[in-house]
Amino acid sequence: MLPFLFRRILIALPTIVLISIFVFALQKLLPGDPLLVLAGEERDPETLALLREKYRFNDPIWMQYFAWVGNALQGDLGVSLRTNQPVTELMGQKLPVTIQLAVMSMIFALVIGIPAGILSAVKKGTATDYIANLVALSGLSIPNFWLGIMLILLVSVKWQLLPASGYVPLSEDIWQSVRTMLMPSFVLGTALAATLMRHTRSSMLSVMNADYVRTARAKGLAERVVILKHALRNALTPIVTLTALLFGELVAGAVLTEQIFTIPGFGKLIVDAVFNRDYAVVQGVVLVTAAGFIVMNLFADMMYFVLNPRLREQ
Amino acid sequence: MPKQAKPDQQPDGCEDILMSLHDLALRFRGQTNDVIDRISLTVKRGEVLCVVGESGCGKSVTAMALMGLLPTEFAKISSGILGIQATRLDLSKVTMPTAMRGNDIAMIFQEPMTSLNPSFTIGNQIIEAILQHSAGSRTDAQARALHMLQRVGIANPEQRLSEFPHQLSGGMRQRVMIAMALANDPKILIADEPTTALDVTIQAQILDLIRDLSDETGMGTIMITHDLGVVAEIADTVAVMYGGQVVERGAVAEVFNDPQHPYTIGLMSAMPQLDKPGGKLATVPGTVPSVANMPEGCRFRTRCVFATQRCQVRPPLSNTTQGHDVACHYAPIEANLSVAL
Repeated sequence: MLPFLFRRILIALPTIVLISIFVFALQKLLPGDPLLVLAGEERDPETLALLREKYRFNDPIWMQYFAWVGNALQGDLGVSLRTNQPVTELMGQKLPVTIQLAVMSMIFALVIGIPAGILSAVKKGTATDYIANLVALSGLSIPNFWLGIMLILLVSVKWQLLPASGYVPLSEDIWQSVRTMLMPSFVLGTALAATLMRHTRSSMLSVMNADYVRTARAKGLAERVVILKHALRNALTPIVTLTALLFGELVAGAVLTEQIFTIPGFGKLIVDAVFNRDYAVVQGVVLVTAAGFIVMNLFADMMYFVLNPRLREQ
Repeated sequence: MPKQAKPDQQPDGCEDILMSLHDLALRFRGQTNDVIDRISLTVKRGEVLCVVGESGCGKSVTAMALMGLLPTEFAKISSGILGIQATRLDLSKVTMPTAMRGNDIAMIFQEPMTSLNPSFTIGNQIIEAILQHSAGSRTDAQARALHMLQRVGIANPEQRLSEFPHQLSGGMRQRVMIAMALANDPKILIADEPTTALDVTIQAQILDLIRDLSDETGMGTIMITHDLGVVAEIADTVAVMYGGQVVERGAVAEVFNDPQHPYTIGLMSAMPQLDKPGGKLATVPGTVPSVANMPEGCRFRTRCVFATQRCQVRPPLSNTTQGHDVACHYAPIEANLSVAL
């Protein structure tokens, strides 16, 4: 397993380097000079020159890149041009929010998607299967923002069951925090549940006719054991990969959902940063989410080993 | 090797009969002809019955049907009484309960490479089969699994228990399948072409193993095969199937030396003989009609050189000599040859 993991990390490294170059180039390619914003209305040439010196704008571009990467490697992603807050500190505030949202959404997606997928595969061709597929298709077709707004209207405004928006940190009040996050994670989770359901269904269908499933039945095992042990275990591998990738997407920011429910997460951070031309923040967020994505990919690869004994010994 | 020549239910052999299947008939959904047309089989204690016939004649379907492994959405059983010792099951109404499957009657399959679950260890899969049918502890089951692996001739059984199927060769996996199938001391073992996917030397080993275990435990074996060499090697009795019907059955020596049904005669003459070299191999003319085009009466009549008007009525499976049954109006064929020609 270790050589394989080592190889995967070796492949991941150039990906990160490429992303960092791209992210850095963003700042240089986009029109406008961030220092003009920073220097303010007066634009005293001396201050400007000072700033240029401070931010190393006079150096050749490759030196600027290496300086930025060097700092990034030491955990310094620069300072927000607007608030003067270190980018890492900003992200440190937003990351727990986004992760909580992602985890809760994923729980919704798994709890709904996988059982529904198994059920519709086992009951293939019956009413149960058609209903499950119909619901899944609706889940994929209904836009998040519409579902979000409708839920706010019904659950928060009409029935007044859950708060419509905002965020309460877990550390402050666990119950209130989960309650606030319930609706947005449901909205995000249902869309993912539909994807998961479709994949679970096709994956289950492909193993249900396998010889070893027939063997399991011939042993006299209960149908429940045949499906949940012998079939599901082998159907799970692609689902695990998919889950890891979907989780990566969730962390990269549920921009729309965060906007609707005014959740101060990564999605909102990046949108605000783009609007404000806060390049340091944009760079930092994109770099970190890309790295997160790669880590989730690595995680998915590692799960192959846990699930597939044939790979373990190689 | 007991060569019993009484495959049918004789009054004196009743208590020896482990399994009887009476008048099994089934058709696939959407078809108008029965794919299995009223077949009956009996297996006695310690007997190895070979069901032989070409691909598509319904050998495996019969086995799957009596195990209750045919999905009901594909096949409908219209009649068939399965008796295993004192138990009687009307297969048209009930499928075999899971308490019997793998316990009274066990099955091994053609593809040892894919018949074991790749995600679980050998030990896990054997122990699971044991615990399903006995109340013992896991430790007991583990000891039993170890014993079974030793019994089927697997070296280093302790180590094998914790290995995964991919770490074993095809022959080893089939041995594991046999160990798993026999772990609950079944009365009947159904082996569906267990050696087809294996190479020749391993084939012989597996056949010897099944033969030995059958003699040792007294279990009855139904061996499904298309290979007459396998039949000659292992069988006590043989049932020849054609187009979903049993056309001939009897003690293996009897059927091989004195085949009576024109189809069996054709099969025998199509077998290469080492002591008669040269010349072309004989073939049975024509091909098996599809289920939809199966003729009424004797299903072999469209390919049979002896066929007459009379063959439009299905000939019953009846004795020619003691313990040798043939489903042909013109059996014994030597005596009636002039009639047919």
